[in-house]
Amino acid sequence: MSAYPESYWYTKEHEWVHVEGEIGTVGITLHAQEQLGDIVYVELPKVGAHVQQGKTLGSVESVKAVSDVYAPVSGEVIEVNESLAEMPETLNQDPHGAAWLVRVRLSAPEELGQLLTASDYQSYLVEEP
Amino acid sequence: MAADSASKRTPLYSVHRLLGARMVDFGGWEMPVQYSGIMEEHHAVRRAVGLFDVSHMGEIEIRGPEAFQLTDFVSTNAVGRLKIGQAQYSGLLYEHGGFVDDVLVHKVAEDHYFLCVNASNQEKDFEHIAGVNRWAATVEFASERYAQLAVQGPRALATLQKLTPVDLAAIRYYHFQDGEVAGTPARIARTGYTGEDGFEIYVGPEEAPRIWGEALGAGQEFGIKPCGLGARNTLRLEAKMALYGHEIHASITPWEAELGWIVKMDKGEFLGRKALAQLAQRGVRRKLMGFEMRGRGIARDGYEVFLDGSPGGWVTSGGPSPTLNKNIGLCYLPVEMAEIGRTIQVLIRGQLVEAVTVPTPFYRRAK
Repeated sequence: MSAYPESYWYTKEHEWVHVEGEIGTVGITLHAQEQLGDIVYVELPKVGAHVQQGKTLGSVESVKAVSDVYAPVSGEVIEVNESLAEMPETLNQDPHGAAWLVRVRLSAPEELGQLLTASDYQSYLVEEP
Repeated sequence: MAADSASKRTPLYSVHRLLGARMVDFGGWEMPVQYSGIMEEHHAVRRAVGLFDVSHMGEIEIRGPEAFQLTDFVSTNAVGRLKIGQAQYSGLLYEHGGFVDDVLVHKVAEDHYFLCVNASNQEKDFEHIAGVNRWAATVEFASERYAQLAVQGPRALATLQKLTPVDLAAIRYYHFQDGEVAGTPARIARTGYTGEDGFEIYVGPEEAPRIWGEALGAGQEFGIKPCGLGARNTLRLEAKMALYGHEIHASITPWEAELGWIVKMDKGEFLGRKALAQLAQRGVRRKLMGFEMRGRGIARDGYEVFLDGSPGGWVTSGGPSPTLNKNIGLCYLPVEMAEIGRTIQVLIRGQLVEAVTVPTPFYRRAK
């Protein structure tokens, strides 16, 4: 199995979204956590917040730096991964699984068309300077 | 951040790439920020031993019958108190009292001083010193002749001792000795920028990759780790060691930076003395203080500090402390507010988050 699940959609800002029905689970990619290094702090929106594709959803901080996380899709936040407050290091260990950030009820599913497939994203990583 | 083609590289550049280091631009140098991870590297230095490439640091040599006069004039600490084989932390100041740089002055001989200076300041420092030289002394920009490795941590001595006939235990803190490391001439100084015991070794650049490899081999039994600038920064912050461009710069004087101990006003004339004397009389307006975050959030360099709702200072360095497992930082505060135990607020991405001033250093090693 590839490091990047085929069923996820990706952004050039290194987020992923996994859509099941009208719910999208959002996270940051393996590449993003590698670039950040040891993650020590995660800031997420509250349940009920509306996020907009391409706009800031929260932030992830490593020992060294702060990095914005952008929403890959628009919608209402219906669930937040509370475990990350206590264990932000999970983001380094399982960024595509246990360390998801938020679940969003998609308000514009057609936006998915603007995202990258797993293979497009991996090609992008190779080409990225 | 991708390093541009003009950035400088140390003799260990390809070694870092082979080790899989993540490289970043640091003041014009393409340097390793981390190898295995900042946390792991940080802990290796606190608990065992870490190896750093600090070859980007600059070296300036002052020689000649009046080398003392020039060195003493350009630096704030009392060069006259140095014995041969001793090093001292010092400041290079402008006439107005602000920092040109912070430096380590090593007395090699009565007529020879060796200065270790910050990478991004080295050309400026050289011109600054050469520009005021009215003595029988020569100032040499010597950075190209040296690579510098730092072996730091409680097992640094045991690691390095395997590579040198020099009795390392006999070198006291802030002293140095010229000898051999791995069969090649080296200046071995018991100095560092981590808050741990350790050594900084100056060697010829062509020998650096081999010595690096031998040091990693010698430290293997202790769990040595190659360490990057990321860990160097978290380590020095815990030990409250100043970083040029952050705690100190051209508009900051030693009085404000809590570095009065490196200023010897009674030693005679030196650059910046007059301004410092006036400031001491008038009193300074701000002071460097340590703080710990109380609320959730990490204060970063440059963030604004608020006091009772109004802007009052700024964070000079901030981040997580791997040793204390807290978020810490240093900030400038108005001198009347600069007391331990005061609640302050840090503006973190649009939100005021509570912090409290604490005694520093945040971390002090057990002696």
